[in-house]
Amino acid sequence: MSNAPVDKGRRRFLTVATSVVGGAGAVGVAVPFIASWNPSAKARIAGAPVEVKIDKVEPGQLIRAEWRGQPVWIVRRTQTMLDSLSQTDNRVRDPQSNVPQQPEYARNQHRSIRPEWFIAVGLCTHLGCSPQYLTRDFAVTEGIEAGFFCPCHGSRFDIAGRVFQGVPAPTNLMVPPHYFVGDDTIVVGEEEGAV
Amino acid sequence: MMKRFLLAVALLLPAAAFAAGYSGPLDKANYDQRDQASLQRGAQIFMNYCLGCHNAQYQRYQRTFEDLGIPVDLGEELLQFTGDGVGSHMISAIDQDASAEWFGLTPPDLTMVARVRGPDWLYTFFRSFYEDESRPFGVNNEIFENVGMPWALQELQGVPRQTYERRMVDGQMTDVYVGIRSDGTGTLSADEFDQAMLDLTNFLVYIGEPMILERQRMGYYVIGFLIIFLILTILLKKEYWRDIK
Amino acid sequence: MSRIIDWIDQRIPMSNTLKLHVTQYPAPKNFNFWYLMGSLALIVLVNQIVTGIWLTMSYNPSAEGAFASIEYIMRDVEYGWLLRYMHSTGASFFFIVVYLHMFRGLMYGSYQKPRELLWIFGMLIFLVLMAEAFMGYMLPWGQMSFWGAQVIISLFGAIPYVGDALTTWIRGDYVISGATLNRFFALHVIALPLVIVILVFLHLIALHEVGSNNPEGVDIKKPKGSVKEEDKAPFEFHERYTKKYDIVDAIPFHPYYTVKDLVGLAVFLIFFALVIFYAPTMGGHFLEPPNFEAADPMRTPEHIAPVWYFTPFYAILAAVPNAVLGVVMMFAAIVALFLVPWLDRSTVRSIRYRSNIHKANLANLVISFVILGFVGALPPTEFWTVVGRIFTFTYFAFFALLFVYSKNEKTKPLPERVTK
Repeated sequence: MSNAPVDKGRRRFLTVATSVVGGAGAVGVAVPFIASWNPSAKARIAGAPVEVKIDKVEPGQLIRAEWRGQPVWIVRRTQTMLDSLSQTDNRVRDPQSNVPQQPEYARNQHRSIRPEWFIAVGLCTHLGCSPQYLTRDFAVTEGIEAGFFCPCHGSRFDIAGRVFQGVPAPTNLMVPPHYFVGDDTIVVGEEEGAV
Repeated sequence: MMKRFLLAVALLLPAAAFAAGYSGPLDKANYDQRDQASLQRGAQIFMNYCLGCHNAQYQRYQRTFEDLGIPVDLGEELLQFTGDGVGSHMISAIDQDASAEWFGLTPPDLTMVARVRGPDWLYTFFRSFYEDESRPFGVNNEIFENVGMPWALQELQGVPRQTYERRMVDGQMTDVYVGIRSDGTGTLSADEFDQAMLDLTNFLVYIGEPMILERQRMGYYVIGFLIIFLILTILLKKEYWRDIK
Repeated sequence: MSRIIDWIDQRIPMSNTLKLHVTQYPAPKNFNFWYLMGSLALIVLVNQIVTGIWLTMSYNPSAEGAFASIEYIMRDVEYGWLLRYMHSTGASFFFIVVYLHMFRGLMYGSYQKPRELLWIFGMLIFLVLMAEAFMGYMLPWGQMSFWGAQVIISLFGAIPYVGDALTTWIRGDYVISGATLNRFFALHVIALPLVIVILVFLHLIALHEVGSNNPEGVDIKKPKGSVKEEDKAPFEFHERYTKKYDIVDAIPFHPYYTVKDLVGLAVFLIFFALVIFYAPTMGGHFLEPPNFEAADPMRTPEHIAPVWYFTPFYAILAAVPNAVLGVVMMFAAIVALFLVPWLDRSTVRSIRYRSNIHKANLANLVISFVILGFVGALPPTEFWTVVGRIFTFTYFAFFALLFVYSKNEKTKPLPERVTK
């Protein structure tokens, strides 16, 4: 061992350099641990777009499809239902769908591509319960024939999934990306021409 | 005595632990995981011939196509004959229970066969089938005695026969075993067949451990980093230990 | 900053503990390569715990799903293969480091008075670690997992009268089954790691109570007042140590040994990374080829061998031609190590000052252990069984001889101080 006096500057530099490089190493080690929480290949494949046949859906009927493990509603709306949207316009929080809860092509009063077909993720935007589809009793409170009612905390949405004022849910129901293939099939989970 | 004993230990150890049945020499499989063309040809053979009966139930089509540089839609069209969707696992169309009845046992899953048997074993195995009328499927295998499967690649290889040649040995004419020769009815020549089997082996090594290239690439960076870290720690240690007399 | 520290120190003894065990802990200044193993073992333990926790996030502990879930981790989970290889490689490196650590203890007499309990805690860690590794090896539910567990659990069947009932109870079934897998999973992921962490804590407490030994085996704590002021180590040590002793040839653990251990860690990690990235199965010794095949209760692999770190003990088991006695001998091989502090009756610690007989005897132990390790991995032929018997004998002979010659051993004179 040498008897040279301690070189404080060199010692500090090496301490800092080793700490920085060691810290970078620790961050590097953390990467696989963090990345492993991303959806796995299995989850991503289960989350692939789904095709839904809609040729057997009656007017007024709601069918459910599964996309990314979530319920997706497909509702064939009647003319009466569509008419009711003008009545609810002034009683919903976001009538123009300004909050980006839908693709651009569904940013309209009926929140869909074709007025007759409403497609939405069937999970309440409050805390994620799945609301009920009511076709009769909804009228009692709002003077409207049909809508969605969340049993968990009482949030209500009209037949275009627009949230009413004065309920816990903050935003309209989520409309997933989707497109029509001919007249009898809907692809949920993908924009048209995405692949 | 001691010398011989140590030699025996040295010779026996690496291979000894898992000598599986056959313990003779194996041909070296000079496969290359970076050779995508070879992997693609191997995949083609696997999908067309092996997957008829065997599964590769832990490996997905999509991953395979992506890793092998095959456009996914093209792969789905030309190489995928089973499963719903390109994301599905590689599972044979044949019903496993029915095939168990047919062959006497369920054809083993092949996803990790290269990790169980080793590439050299596979490469040798493919080239060791020979015609044997005494067996139910009419074939046997030199390194897998009484193998319980028909020879699925006969179409490519032709009928493989154990061949003897009359030769002069010690002044006498005797039949000498010269190995397995095809009768020439296959679509591939002997060399082409060997190459095809190397491709198939390459592909089986790939599905056994599909991250193998990523693993090796990553190791390069990690170890490079660690060497820098090592140099710094050595300097740091020296700096501090100057205090110690 | 200092106000926060004061606030904490008034409530828990943080600064004092740090001084006591890290910054003012007197460590002999002459530690060599062998003294890196302890801190490396600690690092590997942390690696095993963290990667283990992450693996449980995707692992499925059931006979139907276990094997497939490992391949799910290897293929579908992002970097899952890396986490799995870190864990499987870590298991083998744990044993490498622990075996070197134990050898260090034997070489420098680190088990001798007053370090008997320290040695016992260490041996308990080793014992629990073996159970931990054995149960962990079962979880992938491959052929080796299944049949290895079958063989090892059947060992308990050799116990007279209760053997059969005991094995059935351990398995929770008449064969190894999902029930066995589930309970081993529970033990592997929480029960045994907890025990190991507690034992490691006790091991460290015991170490810091009696102080570290060193390659010379000479005490660095001298009786109070026996050392001239200029001979004392020129560092500030915690009064807990200086109150009772005069301390010579010591340096504070931090920064001197932390920076030295960092060098050791960097070298260790390079080896660790080489295996993970370029030889994760280590030629079939860290991950055995038959274990890439799902467990099949109807078909035993052609050759069963335990993972390398168990093979010495397995060879002893196989060497004895009687089932009950074989099991007894195998456990005796471990128990004998526990007894070393009392079998060795010499008062000189380090091999540097002990007799040639002792050196030869220790070499005998190492050679016996290594050859038994080879024998345990090989298929049981007549030749290898004989070799196994010879070296089982020499392994046990180490302990018997140690007891005999150490009483009146001719040792070299010990120096007063740790030499430079």
